[in-house]
Amino acid sequence: MKLNENIILKNWFIFVVMALLAVSPFMMNNYWIDVFFFFGIYALLGLSLNLVLGEVGLFDLGHMGFMAIGAYTTAILNTHFGIPIIFLMPVSALTAAGFAWLVCSPIIHLRGDYLCIVTIGMGEIIRLILINNPFGITGGPNGVFGIDFLSLGGPLIIDSSIESYFVIWIVVGLTIFALINLQRSRVGRAWNCIREDEIAAESTGIDVRYYKLLAFVLGAGLAGVAGNIYASKLMIVSPESFSFMESCMLFCIVLIGGMGSIPGVIIGSAAVSLFPEIFRAFAKYRMLIFGAAMVIMMIFRPGGIWPRKRGSLEFKSLLTKAGEDNV
Amino acid sequence: MRIFLEQMLNGLTIGSFYALIALGYSMVYGVMKLINFAHGDLFTLGSYLGFTLLVWGNAYVTSHLGLAAGMIAAMLIAAIGIGTAGIIVERIAYRPIYPAGRLPAVVSALGVSIFLQNMIMVIWGPRYQAYSVNVVPTVHFEMGGIHFTLLQIIILILSFILLALLYYIIQKTTFGSAIRASALDRDTAALMGININTVIFFIFTLGPALGGIAGVMVGMYYRQISFTMGWNYGLKAFTATILGGIGNIPGAMVGGLLLGIFEMLGSAYVSTAYKDVFVFLVLILVLIFRPRGLLGEKVAEKV
Repeated sequence: MKLNENIILKNWFIFVVMALLAVSPFMMNNYWIDVFFFFGIYALLGLSLNLVLGEVGLFDLGHMGFMAIGAYTTAILNTHFGIPIIFLMPVSALTAAGFAWLVCSPIIHLRGDYLCIVTIGMGEIIRLILINNPFGITGGPNGVFGIDFLSLGGPLIIDSSIESYFVIWIVVGLTIFALINLQRSRVGRAWNCIREDEIAAESTGIDVRYYKLLAFVLGAGLAGVAGNIYASKLMIVSPESFSFMESCMLFCIVLIGGMGSIPGVIIGSAAVSLFPEIFRAFAKYRMLIFGAAMVIMMIFRPGGIWPRKRGSLEFKSLLTKAGEDNV
Repeated sequence: MRIFLEQMLNGLTIGSFYALIALGYSMVYGVMKLINFAHGDLFTLGSYLGFTLLVWGNAYVTSHLGLAAGMIAAMLIAAIGIGTAGIIVERIAYRPIYPAGRLPAVVSALGVSIFLQNMIMVIWGPRYQAYSVNVVPTVHFEMGGIHFTLLQIIILILSFILLALLYYIIQKTTFGSAIRASALDRDTAALMGININTVIFFIFTLGPALGGIAGVMVGMYYRQISFTMGWNYGLKAFTATILGGIGNIPGAMVGGLLLGIFEMLGSAYVSTAYKDVFVFLVLILVLIFRPRGLLGEKVAEKV
């Protein structure tokens, strides 16, 4: 119980950010509220990838595939069968999670970069299948459109920028709360143990395969929720939104922020979603600056902007052990 | 049978592009344990450099010395240019990050990739660029009912010469064994008196140089190039690297050629729209049953 007492103090940054986010939309125009909505989507996706990459150290470069599954589940079931978005949120999460379980089971024994390329392949396969319009349900390159707004029952329909802003950030807030608890639980400790040394983890009796799969399934479920919210906000889903490039951006969010660090994910997703908007004045040069900024960032803060405190100590020892010394 | 042979020839042509690009990934990965995401964009840069050189060369070199001289000049200059770009990228973006470990270097590589891609867009414009017809040979042949072009033969011969040369350097020369030793264990190799910096210089110039040559070849073969194509080719080449066993030079060559053949046979006999799905499925299946790739050796688990 002693640990629980300083939870507010320990996570002060998150509470400050949440408080700022709660009041800021009243001072922004709709354009910036929408920008911040996508910041929220990235934050949710970043948190979901953080479970796989940050907590367990599994390289997943196909994470947008899980979001695509969630978004298309919502889109298809809503447009074809008229099921309300709110009921589809758990359905999307379960579909994405089930899919992750199905495809990750045979490949979970792969290590490092081999797992990385298989997840890339999986993400690409999902995107290519969506483009090819199987059975005429995914709408091909155009995608599925005409998705309903999120309705919370009665007159409460989330159809304005500010309302969807609050929906995404409340979901992000609840997720963060759950994840902080998960980090400190038996599961979280087992995950970190696997990240630091898989063989040591296995020899102390941790079921490595089970915990790795659990991370993928939970991460995919969260990405499915993000897909659901994304689909109902945009009212259209199309395959280009789930490209390999986007998966790479998610990868960068986790690493820019700091592996396994929840405040880091928030900062990382802010960097990825707000940076191109702030530099919009530079028009076609902005992505050029963005790429250069990523390099400079890694030169000066290779551990991320906000590395996880306990994690950062372990992270350093991992690196020196791996023999990655100065060349 | 005729279709099969034609598709095999097309597959080998595309496969040789993949193999040339894959070598860059594989050499860098072998020694540095870094997935060089910028490699695909260096390849695109090579393609654009070749485009500019051939258009320029059309007026000067090609008109004075003929088509072959123009092509060779374009490939040579692209190779030198991209080799230089490769080592510049290493010095600026990777060298300061090595002490921090592998993952920050991956982010840096992605940053370089975004930077290069947008640099190409800013310089050459966002639209497709086309290699004009009069800078590439357009002779067609037919033998036993099989159609092929002179360009395909040139590409195949040239890439096989390059692959054989690299195979010779890596497997037969003293310097090659220094590279293989560094790939096996960099620290011990350094203790044995191998100059790691020379090895790094070599892999970061030769890999991109081969990618640059592949870029010019792709430009001549498809005629049409775009600034985003590096992602696609890079992804395929990286897949080829893994297919053959990452860090393994002959593996990258075999993986590239096999991938090209799979892709063309998949599009001929399964479905054109699903050819990339087919490629990735083959990759996943290979990795499920041979987790270290086709030619990768089984490495014992280190504690």
